Amino acid sequence: MNEMTSITTTLKDWETDQEVRWCPGCGDYAILKAVQRTLPELGADPANTVFVSGIGCSSRFPYYVESYGFHTIHGRAPAFATGIKLANPELDIWLVTGDGDGMSIGGNHTMHMLRRNLNCQIMLFNNEIYGLTKGQYSPTSRLGTNSPTTPMGSVDRPMSPCAFALGAGARFVARGFDVSKELSGVLKAAHAHKGAAFVEIFQNCIVYNKDVFNEFAAPKGAEDRQLWLREGEPMLFAKGTQGIALDVEKLTLKVVDVVDGNWQAAGVIVHNVTNKAIAHMLVDMPFGAFPMALGVIYDDPRPSFEEVVLGQDAKAREGKVANLAKLLAQGQTWTVE
Amino acid sequence: MATLAAEAETQQNTPDAVVVRFAGDSGDGMQLTGGQFTLSTALAGNDLATFPDFPAEIRAPQGTLFGVSAFQINFGSTAIETAGDAPDVLVAMNPAALKTNVGALKPGGLIIADSGEFNKRNLEKAKYENNPLEDGSLARWDLLAFDISALTMESVKRFGLGNKEALRCKNMWTLGLALWMFDRPREPIYDWLKGKFRKAPELAEANIAALDAGHAYGETAELSGPLKQYHVGPVKSDPGLYRTVTGADAISLGLVAGAQLANLPMFFGGYPITPASAILHNLVKMKEFGVTTFQAEDEIAAICSAIGASYAGQLGVTSSSGPGIALKGEAMGLAIMTELPLVIVNSQRGGPSTGLPTKTEQSDLYQAVYGRNGDAPMPVIAARSPADAFDVAIEACRIAVQYMTPVILLTDGYIANAAEPWQVPNPDDFTPFPVTFLTEKNAGDTLLPYKRDAKGARPWIKPGTPGLMHRIGGIEKQVDTGHLDYSPANHQAMTDARKAKIDGIANSILDQEVCLGNTGGKLAVVGWGSTYGPIHQAVRAARKKGVDVSHIHVRHIWPMPKNLGDLLRGFDKVLVPEMNTGQFKTVLRDQFLIDAKPLTKTSGQPFTIAELEAAIEAMAE
Repeated sequence: MNEMTSITTTLKDWETDQEVRWCPGCGDYAILKAVQRTLPELGADPANTVFVSGIGCSSRFPYYVESYGFHTIHGRAPAFATGIKLANPELDIWLVTGDGDGMSIGGNHTMHMLRRNLNCQIMLFNNEIYGLTKGQYSPTSRLGTNSPTTPMGSVDRPMSPCAFALGAGARFVARGFDVSKELSGVLKAAHAHKGAAFVEIFQNCIVYNKDVFNEFAAPKGAEDRQLWLREGEPMLFAKGTQGIALDVEKLTLKVVDVVDGNWQAAGVIVHNVTNKAIAHMLVDMPFGAFPMALGVIYDDPRPSFEEVVLGQDAKAREGKVANLAKLLAQGQTWTVE
Repeated sequence: MATLAAEAETQQNTPDAVVVRFAGDSGDGMQLTGGQFTLSTALAGNDLATFPDFPAEIRAPQGTLFGVSAFQINFGSTAIETAGDAPDVLVAMNPAALKTNVGALKPGGLIIADSGEFNKRNLEKAKYENNPLEDGSLARWDLLAFDISALTMESVKRFGLGNKEALRCKNMWTLGLALWMFDRPREPIYDWLKGKFRKAPELAEANIAALDAGHAYGETAELSGPLKQYHVGPVKSDPGLYRTVTGADAISLGLVAGAQLANLPMFFGGYPITPASAILHNLVKMKEFGVTTFQAEDEIAAICSAIGASYAGQLGVTSSSGPGIALKGEAMGLAIMTELPLVIVNSQRGGPSTGLPTKTEQSDLYQAVYGRNGDAPMPVIAARSPADAFDVAIEACRIAVQYMTPVILLTDGYIANAAEPWQVPNPDDFTPFPVTFLTEKNAGDTLLPYKRDAKGARPWIKPGTPGLMHRIGGIEKQVDTGHLDYSPANHQAMTDARKAKIDGIANSILDQEVCLGNTGGKLAVVGWGSTYGPIHQAVRAARKKGVDVSHIHVRHIWPMPKNLGDLLRGFDKVLVPEMNTGQFKTVLRDQFLIDAKPLTKTSGQPFTIAELEAAIEAMAE
């Protein structure tokens, strides 16, 4: 996020005149709307906002937001964002990427952006597939995924973007999904965080990987399968009848039953967004035996990259005058008469 | 100049020019010795050129043949343009250094060897069966062997240093002797040592003692025979202030000057690679000029961050060497497509792949001119010497911002590391080219991000500018609006527009001049980049012998000066010497349909004047 003067806009102000070219029914539409709805609520200024993306379906996003936008090359959006932010730290940068763009070809850049803590919001649309190239399996595809390149099922184990982010040293990690009403709140929290704010957004690719998130994202039964994390509140789901507790013996999380709303007696953990150990456990919870952890998982700010770099630059410049003639004549010189 | 030097030397020992090569173990401090001798020589008013030649390994195993590091300097009282063909004096700090370098020494030249290092172990490592200092195998040369190691130990005894530290002063002892031989002042070295060892004054004192001892040895040792003083007088130069500069220094300064002339802050994104890293090392010390530096996670991130900074309104710069430039290729295409300014410095080295990381070559010309996907025209310019690199860096900045395009600046390992005297320019002598950003809509109520000016350049629009929000990217742009447009006519129009813009840069550059000789005749020797020095000397020597030959040296590789084709057609024959297999020759043939002949060399070493003279004479027959 960025300290900025609040501007009054409406959702319409953030729409471009360009025809949106995602497949009908794509989860990207819902995410786009959520973003366009959230930006006015943040008081964001279109002139001061930059959407930076790589390559893939998700990376077409900048064309549809009436702000500044830079659709770059595959996997490298974090590097462009770094240059933009160091050149003008006043700009509010949203980075749009996908599981292929951000975790495969651009995994290296994502890692370094996160460990450096570049001040921007990262939205990683995870649809567990390569959509734009017609359906090859991706680094987040589940084991055994049938795809044009894996006709007998994929054999490489999927990686978890949130676990990757925590491992890389991200100071803000959150999760949401395309059609969730809570997505806007997650994006606001990401924007409020100063530093790299990593948000994994599960997104339904209706053509190549339809409904793979339905087990927790479908409205029916969602209560039982979604654990929405809120700072200072107990980790409850299934209408408060179940919760997440710490198995102290095994040092793992466990699902416990909550009787008569007495979550304290059941040992349910109160969510503390600065607890990194619990954050690691939450993103690693195997879905099925556990609900899907959603919302702000971890949020513990540190000074951001551009703040420290530009602070150091300012210090290096202290008391120095930019005298080119003097610079050119530096070192040992001699005069020819 | 080397041949003249030999003639003069035999008569009066006041040669016009002398070539000295210091060679030792990569841990012996030969580059330091050479560098300080260079400084002292420059201060004595000589013209000079240097050639550092060192292994890729940082500390190769001691005493081995592949671990030899050498530094050659050619200095004189006349104009010096190369590091010299064959040394007059070779300082060999061990058997391996002798073995790998003595072959280059001029017949009758002087060998100074540290006999203390010619022990059984080192002789074996250098694969000598007998001690060459004793077996008469060096009879072709003058030999002076004495135990520099022991003499150094003796000279620093009173400082109570450990054995290892005491021996480290050996290079200063040798430098002291060299300073005596060539009548150079010791004061600049004193100052430098005091600065270098500010935190350990006893080490400064010990090194100074070793330096003085070496000097005194030359002065007092009654060595009749080969050890004698040379007096090389100062060169006649234009009046003014001078300093020495390496190519890496000059490029760094030129980039800073270019950004200042464009009135822009500069962003430099780099990734460590030999021999390009020195530019990043230099720029981190120049932050007061609005320079921001970023050591990226890889070559790709380095260029992408620089493009990001250009997009945000700074002058983005990145630098690398061949393999790193290959990685940057896709991002260059994006800079071409989005028409953003960018300077890409390629310090060429021997290739392909990792190739010869510390040796020089000019084999990335095809890569620079053609090496991208799609029709991706990009200007390419080349520096011909360390001092020239300053002007070329400014020119790269000018083209980038005036034409909204990435520009490749080609230099090479030789230029990057070599030093030469440089008349310090006055910044006021350069014409500024301040950038104007677009701040209002440029077509009535509409913004046209790809509307072109008379030069074919689009406006530069900084994010953060109210009312000018727009989107850019790598997908084909619609003429004027910049919207996505895949239609056939539009791609044709945009491909043509991108090409026309780059071709049009030729309108902003000076006509090609002939650096030596005539605008027509029997033979033109056409060079580019760091071959300037040897070609110039060879052409000069051939002309003295009456050969009708001229030297043309091309800075603007792409697009080329408009008159170049006609100029070359004015010669019966065209010879193109290059440190590659004939890349510029191919471009010249392609562009002008002339029968340019190649002269190629890919040994990792610069051309010698003699090689070029021979080729010129053979072709002129």
